[in-house]
Amino acid sequence: MTAIVFVDHDEGAFNPNSLGVLVMAASLGGEVTAFVAGSGIDDAWAAGLGAYGASRVLVADDAALSGLPQPAVDALEPHAKEADAVLFGAGVVSADIAAGLAARLGAGINCETTDFTLDAGSVTATRPALGDTILVESSFASGPAVILCRANAFAADPTGSGSAEVQRVDVTVQDWSTAAKLAGREQAESAGVDITEADVLVAFGRGIGGPENIPVIEELAKALHGEVAATRAVVDAGWTPYSMQVGQTGKTVSPKLYVACGISGAIQHKVGMVNSGVIVAINKDANAPIFEFADLGIVGDALAVVPKLTEALGSR
Amino acid sequence: MNIAVCVKEVPSAASAKRLDASTNRLDRSGDSELNPFDVHGLEEAIRIRESGQQVDEIVAVCMGREAAQRPLQKALALGADRAVLLTDPELAGSDISGTAYALAAVLEKQNAELVILGQQAADADCYVMAAAVADHLRRPLVTQVAELSIEGGTIRAKRQTEHGYDVIEAPLPAVVSVSDAINTPRLPSIKAIMGAKKKPTDQVSAADAGIDTSRVGESGARNVVKQVLPPAAKQEGKRIEDSGGDSAPAIVEFLAERGVI
Repeated sequence: MTAIVFVDHDEGAFNPNSLGVLVMAASLGGEVTAFVAGSGIDDAWAAGLGAYGASRVLVADDAALSGLPQPAVDALEPHAKEADAVLFGAGVVSADIAAGLAARLGAGINCETTDFTLDAGSVTATRPALGDTILVESSFASGPAVILCRANAFAADPTGSGSAEVQRVDVTVQDWSTAAKLAGREQAESAGVDITEADVLVAFGRGIGGPENIPVIEELAKALHGEVAATRAVVDAGWTPYSMQVGQTGKTVSPKLYVACGISGAIQHKVGMVNSGVIVAINKDANAPIFEFADLGIVGDALAVVPKLTEALGSR
Repeated sequence: MNIAVCVKEVPSAASAKRLDASTNRLDRSGDSELNPFDVHGLEEAIRIRESGQQVDEIVAVCMGREAAQRPLQKALALGADRAVLLTDPELAGSDISGTAYALAAVLEKQNAELVILGQQAADADCYVMAAAVADHLRRPLVTQVAELSIEGGTIRAKRQTEHGYDVIEAPLPAVVSVSDAINTPRLPSIKAIMGAKKKPTDQVSAADAGIDTSRVGESGARNVVKQVLPPAAKQEGKRIEDSGGDSAPAIVEFLAERGVI
């Protein structure tokens, strides 16, 4: 059994979702190789993946590996095709690499994986499907198995202080896979409230209609002594800053109370808040997935319910 | 420039999603609709045309069963100039890898400089199709695009990652998937709905598209479903139908019961 875990990183920090998958893979007993791609990688830093269970770290270091997915597929391909399984933690870039690699190798891919086994000759991966109403266990017809895991599926706690053996690998990239260039980056603002610390969060999505209605949400948050949070869709649409975003590419939160206003509950949002203590969802669409995991579901217009709720709380 | 927009037929949001126990495939017997995420892709193609770019043709490309003709009509009403439906019994049961390979084979023949996909499929929650298709087509890729512009044969796309926003430039031909926040799709006019019936729809088979059928369908699937299990038992939540905010007292009562206020 040869298992490779692709470890994503940014600004010198390993992606916790990648680390969680590495820890999980190593816990299954076999030897696990970590794969790190980037430019100007420090060997001692890469060796630190030993603390998360890697017995060996392959380092692909090339100027072309600057955070875009396609050159990383080129770097990974020769090693992946010799492996039985190639695993990825959740992440925007990791998902692109996993899918590109599966296409390149004609391999099977399993997304949103929440459990896997790595036995010799038999790799399986399990994912929740159909709004998490069923679990689907898959095997792979031909190697390697490409396994892309769900956000926060596995804890990223170090398993020891071990240092892994680091091996630098040759990198050959193709013209077309390096045609896309990173032209700029807007870092997430860190100013303001840290929503991960709040006991109560009142979150909103596009179902509240427009940014002009955000004060209504803020009033409820105030009445509940909580903070305001948001979905990716409203952050992408420019209604509110990225630092307020909950979900796969935003923050993971677990407040005592999470009130979701006009949020459909797409899986990318769910993975960031499903471990909240009490979840109240207010949504016009009775079929919204959020009602599948809310403790209290209100089928109604958030803009009608929220002001009345703020008022009712105020008069207690 | 020509633009291809990949679209998928999915069970409608209102119909219960379940697997057909005999095949372990999605039960598609209920109502279906155009994948709502793909509507953002069509809208973006129209906006590119409206922005002054020379767009000669917008083609909607779909792989699915013959019944997908109906949601394809909606794609035409929304602004596609023609549609291609790849349909073949040999394709039924294809996994992500087989689907990406087959879609790429059809896209190869469309002569489209820009291929747009929605960010995910509403039925399978698959958000990796664009990246797999781009690798088959050997074209640059940007996924989850929240802002898109095109100038002088180069796309400029802004997309969110775990760290903020990346701005990525890539030369055409390219493949992008668009976030559902990129635009607010308009509704088709009655005139557009009527006009859609006159637009051409080509139905192509796996053989027409030059697809190696050993790589598609259930027999070609590399991800093989072994078993379907019930999820961990979870207590059903309470549900209230609201009218004009009249549920507020019940919400307060619930929050007090749970000790969170």
